[in-house]
Amino acid sequence: MIRIFKIALRNLMRYKRRTLLTSLLITLGLLMVILFSGLAGSFREMMIGQITDSNLAQMQIHKKGYVSSMDTSPLNLTINQKGYKTLEKMLTENPDVEAYAPRIKLGAMLSNFTETTNVRLNAIDPDKEIKVCPDVSERMKFSGSEVPDILLRPGEIIIPEKLAAGLKIKIGGSVVLVANNKDGSVNGLNFTVVGIIESILGPQGKEGYMHIKDAQSLLRMEKPEVIEIALRIKKFDKLGDVYTDLVSALAEFKNKKGKPGFEIHTWEKLSPFSNIAKMIDIMTVSMKIIMIAIVLISILNVMMMSVYERVREIGTMSAIGTAPGRIMGLFLAEGLSLGLISTLAGNIIGILGIYILNIYKIRYSFGRMDNLLLSPTISFSELVWVSATVLLVSIFATLQPAYKASRMEPVDALGHV
Amino acid sequence: MALVQIDNVSKIYQTGEMQVKALQDVTLSIDEASFVTFVGPSGSGKTTMLNLIGCLDKPTKGKVFVDKKQVDAFDRRQRAAFRGSALGFIFQAFNLFPVLTTYENVEYPLVMIKNESASERNGMVSKVLESVGMLNQKDKFPDQLSGGQKQRVAVARALVTQPKLVLADEPTANLDKKSAVNVIRLMRSMRDEFRTTFIFSTHDPGVMEEAEVVHTLEDGRLVRKK
Ligand SMILES: Nc1ncnc2c1ncn2[C@@H]1O[C@H](COP(=O)(O)OP(=O)(O)O)[C@@H](O)[C@H]1O
Ligand SMILES: [Mg+2]
Repeated sequence: MIRIFKIALRNLMRYKRRTLLTSLLITLGLLMVILFSGLAGSFREMMIGQITDSNLAQMQIHKKGYVSSMDTSPLNLTINQKGYKTLEKMLTENPDVEAYAPRIKLGAMLSNFTETTNVRLNAIDPDKEIKVCPDVSERMKFSGSEVPDILLRPGEIIIPEKLAAGLKIKIGGSVVLVANNKDGSVNGLNFTVVGIIESILGPQGKEGYMHIKDAQSLLRMEKPEVIEIALRIKKFDKLGDVYTDLVSALAEFKNKKGKPGFEIHTWEKLSPFSNIAKMIDIMTVSMKIIMIAIVLISILNVMMMSVYERVREIGTMSAIGTAPGRIMGLFLAEGLSLGLISTLAGNIIGILGIYILNIYKIRYSFGRMDNLLLSPTISFSELVWVSATVLLVSIFATLQPAYKASRMEPVDALGHV
Repeated sequence: MALVQIDNVSKIYQTGEMQVKALQDVTLSIDEASFVTFVGPSGSGKTTMLNLIGCLDKPTKGKVFVDKKQVDAFDRRQRAAFRGSALGFIFQAFNLFPVLTTYENVEYPLVMIKNESASERNGMVSKVLESVGMLNQKDKFPDQLSGGQKQRVAVARALVTQPKLVLADEPTANLDKKSAVNVIRLMRSMRDEFRTTFIFSTHDPGVMEEAEVVHTLEDGRLVRKK
């Protein structure tokens, strides 16, 4: 066995330039896949992390029909106190749910006493919110450099940075919020601005934050109601399973007409980024297909040439009694070695490349977000998969030329010049 | 029974409309441990004859026995196995493997065909290399050797498996006169040392003289035996 690979390697070294070029090509293909999956994968993870940990949360429960009319922030599709209590019970009993937080989404008029503008607000219960979105304060600026212990007290508001700039509102300033409730009656309350929030991708990205109690009184809710319940689960990679469980659990809760009273969505349904994530996945798969094509064509080409150039040698091997299977094995070993050398080179350069990218801490911006850290990673299992694919394709590409070599008649092959 | 028995053998090549009768009704026998040559002008059927005895090809008609086995009835796989176990080959253009050293070329049949253990291989390879006088060149690659030296290595490679019979089609055609005679004499001394039967072909009168039995072919017919 070792002997066969020794002969294979020496034969590869006979045509140094050709072997070098081919393995370089395969190395590049592999490198392309490793670096692309590393970069795209880390970008994808980072974006999903931002979305689920600082803003949307992993899942959201609403009154049935809310998400389809979400753009108008309807105030009539609320979860009442009784509904909230039953959902709360269901969620605390579910072992997969890590935390939940009630929210009210509303549109209001914000005034600095001279100018007025529209604002969308996310009214939260700060203690609960921080458990569901641990990074909620990541994009927020406060008066000090540190995040306060309690993000938001009643009477306080955090406003989007564009709005703050437009209305020239500073931290510590006071503003008035005016809102219509679901019956159309108008109410206004005074707030102190305690923080400013940077935008992120998506429609939810330009919301301000206020305390849920303030929202309930601003909207003159007689009994506390909520618009959505945000969820965080214990194992994010089990999202699909937990979602299916919760869907069937929620189906138990019927409204007066006997229809399901609530709906649940994962972040993928709520954020436009899920389409970008899908695109990234498709591109990664395309890269892999291109790599397979490169490996297949280049190895097939080299091995066909090898067989053609060595017809007389093959005739000699066959004439002196080498079994056809052995001859085939020799050529398969040659194709496999070529794939193996390239795979090793690709892996080493790829890991080195990712390592260097991480050392230099390259920053980039995406949409309205700046200063994102590019930290490409690639998992060991991904490397093993990609490498195994290259090796398998190498063998596959060599099969036909090797078979052809093993079937040659020694008399014909020996007569070949 | 003789080591090689050819009974009424014909070989006809069909190329399109043309029929070439490369061998016609040849009957002959070759004894064990003899030193035999086939001679004749180009196209007389020498290569065809050696290919049939060497189990590289099948006759159109007639029977070929080698070492008491009817080899014309063998299939492809059986022929390959028989060639590996009972026969040795020497070629006109030496046909050493360019990526292997002298030693490795001679070792090749033991590793790739006979699957011998390393210790046994070492003894056998060294012994034949010693006999052909090439042990001191064992680490050289073929392109570092002269034609005569290459053919000595090829003789060693053919003998290392201790075959009954070694076939050599025009083994001296690519050599100068002096090396040609030396290689043939080496083959004969190997016959003396290992009692291996040698059959070779040539059209060189100087080389012919070295043989003990000379079969002359003309237009595919055996015309003389001496
Ligand atoms: N594969 C083949 N196809 C057709 N004709 C062949 C083939 N091999 C040999 N011949 C013909 O058979 C005859 C004998 O050839 P060969 O045995 O090679 O003669 P020699 O070795 O004595 O020169 C020649 O006429 C040659 O042209
Ligand atoms: Mg000939």
